[in-house]
Amino acid sequence: MGQSSHSGTFEAQSKEMRDLNPREIAWRLARTRREFLRDAAGMAAGTAFMGASPFVHAATAKKKRKVIVITFGGGARDQETFAPEGQINIPHMLGDLIPQSSFFTQVTNHGILGHYVATASLATGVYETLNNFSAVPPDHPTVFEYFRKDLGRPVSDAWVVAPSNGFNRIGESGCRSYGPGFGARVILPKHLLSAAASGSKVDYSHLLHDNYETPLYAPQIGGGEFELQQLDQILKLSVNDFMEHAKTLSSPDELSVFIAKRLMRQESPSLLWLTLHDIDVAHSGAFSLYVDAIRRTDRLCAELWKAVQEEPEYMGNTTLLILPDFGRDADQDSGGNGFQHHRTGDPASRTTWMMALGAGVRPGVVYDSPVQSIDLVPSIGAMMGFSAAQSQGRLIRELL
Amino acid sequence: MQPHDLQADQFVGYPPEAKKLAVANVKAFQQLPLSFLPGLLREVIEYDYKFPAEQAAIDKELTNLSSLSPLQITEWFHGFAQLSLSSKLEHLDWVNRPAQYIEQESAYLWTTHQLDAFSVAATAYGDRLRTAVPVDKLPVARLGIAVIGQGVASYDSPLFRDLRAHGTYFSQIKAENGLELLIDAVEDRAKAHPIPYGHWYVDGGQAARQSPALTNVSYAASQPVRDNLLKYMQTEIARPGMGPEELRTDLARLLPADLGMTKDGDAVLDRFQVRLFTEGSGTQIFSTTFAQWTTREALRRAQPLTLLVRFAPRQRQKPMNELLSNTSPNPELDPIGSLVDADMGAYYHWINQQRLLGAEKSSFLVWFEGHSQALVVAPSLPRGAQSDSAMDLKGLLSLATS
Repeated sequence: MGQSSHSGTFEAQSKEMRDLNPREIAWRLARTRREFLRDAAGMAAGTAFMGASPFVHAATAKKKRKVIVITFGGGARDQETFAPEGQINIPHMLGDLIPQSSFFTQVTNHGILGHYVATASLATGVYETLNNFSAVPPDHPTVFEYFRKDLGRPVSDAWVVAPSNGFNRIGESGCRSYGPGFGARVILPKHLLSAAASGSKVDYSHLLHDNYETPLYAPQIGGGEFELQQLDQILKLSVNDFMEHAKTLSSPDELSVFIAKRLMRQESPSLLWLTLHDIDVAHSGAFSLYVDAIRRTDRLCAELWKAVQEEPEYMGNTTLLILPDFGRDADQDSGGNGFQHHRTGDPASRTTWMMALGAGVRPGVVYDSPVQSIDLVPSIGAMMGFSAAQSQGRLIRELL
Repeated sequence: MQPHDLQADQFVGYPPEAKKLAVANVKAFQQLPLSFLPGLLREVIEYDYKFPAEQAAIDKELTNLSSLSPLQITEWFHGFAQLSLSSKLEHLDWVNRPAQYIEQESAYLWTTHQLDAFSVAATAYGDRLRTAVPVDKLPVARLGIAVIGQGVASYDSPLFRDLRAHGTYFSQIKAENGLELLIDAVEDRAKAHPIPYGHWYVDGGQAARQSPALTNVSYAASQPVRDNLLKYMQTEIARPGMGPEELRTDLARLLPADLGMTKDGDAVLDRFQVRLFTEGSGTQIFSTTFAQWTTREALRRAQPLTLLVRFAPRQRQKPMNELLSNTSPNPELDPIGSLVDADMGAYYHWINQQRLLGAEKSSFLVWFEGHSQALVVAPSLPRGAQSDSAMDLKGLLSLATS
């Protein structure tokens, strides 16, 4: 066996990364994602398409436009997803979704990296500073309030399906100028299941994790939660059928997607927001469970996109936006413990991606231009025809 | 209160060695910014219960700080001094409760978008300190050993994927007596270089052997501590007004005696183990997480010359609330999932070892327990290579450390 010097790629890479500023590292992450995608899915550079809008059905789309947002509470890193060694975990995104999508390689989150506060920031277009572990409303108007108030839409037209008790207030802000009554209805599928299962002999506990950051603690539900009896009225689903279906599911996110699809069928909301959370099992430190959750999330995103194609109310006029709320810590950051957490605030934990597909979207295009997570709300506003007046984000022109 | 108001008698509540140290360095402390000093005091107040490597690092840091001129202090701490803190933070008892202060400061920096600036300042300080303080020579090159896959009969997917580019993959290792050979080798190193907390054996299950020459930590042996901690957590959560941040603060205050550890134990190691469970996420529940986190913390804090970690099967995933209520005495195990966890754990073991002094000379060996696959990262072996040479673990270890 030959001898070699051991200067160490890891040490060299670590030093090289340390020598870059956060913006340069974010740029490098984005460029790497582009290269992964070019190799895996043959996607084109976005700049070549700028100025030639393919928004061929803009007028009709605006009339009936529907937007579905899927966020991941708990980001997945490139090495477990888009990098060559991670692509095995996202076959549906790579094979089915990305070729149809505009892909933004550099979405940064400059806010607090806790799941509720970050999702609230995504929904308001302002970096919120609320307590991540309390069921409190965001301080600034949500996308749902802008949408309903500006466009005069009924309550049935904006829904949130969220993973844990803490998200119950995300549908409506505490901002007085928008005030109560303009928010989205929020469904917490696990809360419903918990209520439905009380007294049952069947063990549904595998679906009832509240969250993984503080596994023992579940904030008290506050606000106007979706009650069990509304299952039948709104979702046309008996408690028994709901329970029977729950028995077939292996994770909370599967339950959320089941409810989201039911909502699409029965209520057909124009603005539907679904937050998935299984990936955040990474906080337990078990890498295999984290990877399993990535694979499940990949499958569920494709399942929801398939539902969009199959529902007459959604087919052809729906834009689906998929993005993690933020990333996870890099292996190289000594302040963290790699995939387990998102505590360092390093570029890997702040930089993520977004995929847009469906109505008004240029398929198969990659954009490297930096985007912030708070840019989502004004961009949805531009798509749907409302103004996100208090949002601090900027319009993502590539989506228009 | 600001650091320049600090007086020596304010350290009266510190443990004996910590108090001596703090009083001796109060003048240096007075010159430091509030955004920095409590972080240092958090280390100083624990001085009596630190590992020797940590104590030496604190000693060197304080010696360096005391030697800096006012102009140098300004240069070194410019980044910290630029941070804006709230008056609420200034009024906290950061002298006697520095850890709680750090939690509050961290939350404040996040909400005021100053965390990046803090990170830049901390990195710059760390880089300056590393070049300023003298470096000790290691008596022997560091060695890390990870044994993964206990209880797995066969596994078809590739192992050591993240490590292969850094070392040599061996496909024909003779597995007989492998674990015994490895522990023997670690004991031999401990006897040849007897340094307190210098040689560790961490087991994610039942320790194969309890060696007096080694620092021994195992998941099985920590069962009473874990049980007591889970009971404590359940009780605390049921208290009115309890939230996750309050719980975290409470856990940070726990001492070995609070969790049933006797006073005749090793006070330093007992505190270390309490911290594994009160600060580690998932360590209370999954043995693979325990083994990985223990390895990380032992390397970070004790900086051992040798660390052998053996991963064991963790329990199959159940919901957190069921896991934490700890109702099932014989949980179902997940050997394959545990192998995947441990494979990543071994990679992190190597990364954490490479962060320590002497990384360029250190060696690392990972072995799929009971099987013929292993990988070695060592200065003497090529990277990204494969060897089909047949040899036992003793021979492989010899190759790794030659």
